[in-house]
Amino acid sequence: MDQPAGYLHWGFILISWPNLLLIGLMLVLFGLALILPFPGHNSVSEKEKRG
Amino acid sequence: MKASVGSDSSGSWTAATRRQLERRLPWENLLPDRQPFWVGSWVYVFGVVTIAALIWVVLSGVVLAAFGPQWWHLSSVGRFFNSLHFWSVQVFFVFMVLHLWGQYFMASWREGRAPTWMIGVVTFAVSIVAAFTGYLSQQNFAAQYIAINAKDAVNSTGIGGFFNVLNFGQMYGLHVMLLPIAVTLLVVLHIIQVRMKGVVPPIVQEVKPAVTSDLRKK
Repeated sequence: MDQPAGYLHWGFILISWPNLLLIGLMLVLFGLALILPFPGHNSVSEKEKRG
Repeated sequence: MKASVGSDSSGSWTAATRRQLERRLPWENLLPDRQPFWVGSWVYVFGVVTIAALIWVVLSGVVLAAFGPQWWHLSSVGRFFNSLHFWSVQVFFVFMVLHLWGQYFMASWREGRAPTWMIGVVTFAVSIVAAFTGYLSQQNFAAQYIAINAKDAVNSTGIGGFFNVLNFGQMYGLHVMLLPIAVTLLVVLHIIQVRMKGVVPPIVQEVKPAVTSDLRKK
């Protein structure tokens, strides 16, 4: 923890591993928010099915 | 004779302001108990988490400001509040960016919601300055390192004359007073705009009837 972070250097891209990991986690979280069903929420089609 | 509070006969600016508020921001809009069905998505939680994080940032910041740098560096409780302040800022920025992504892909500036979007953009910009002055206010070697490295960059923009990153008093004053007030006011304005216009509806994808019938055949 008391050491400088390691860096990914790929061509013109230079980013620390912690920052890259955080961006990756944010992308995963965003994807999950789109996919996961919201609790207590029924879609219109489900309501229509129940009549 | 009983005086009517809601009388339109009054030409004063207070009456005009009241009428405008009643028309544009009724209580049903300001504190709604129902939302449209499309709000039932985790994407809409990002904004709420950002506000929750901001509340933690302000509360922990008030405690830090009350006790001072020696306390937040040397005592265990002080270090805890220092960490609480730091990590709530991280949560604030992470969820503000996730909120920005969600609203960008929904094109949330549609149907008269451009002011809501623009206030959000300004809030983001002011928050970055608030975070920057926070890093300069830590009173440690990292703060000095950041200040020395930032000085030339800030001077190159031309604002170095009245925004001196080496001046701890100025940076700390901005960080604990002006910038938190600005961020809080902007967030309040942002929420009021959302309440006035309502949550943006989903983008309806128009499908041509011929294509729809083809899909049904399959």
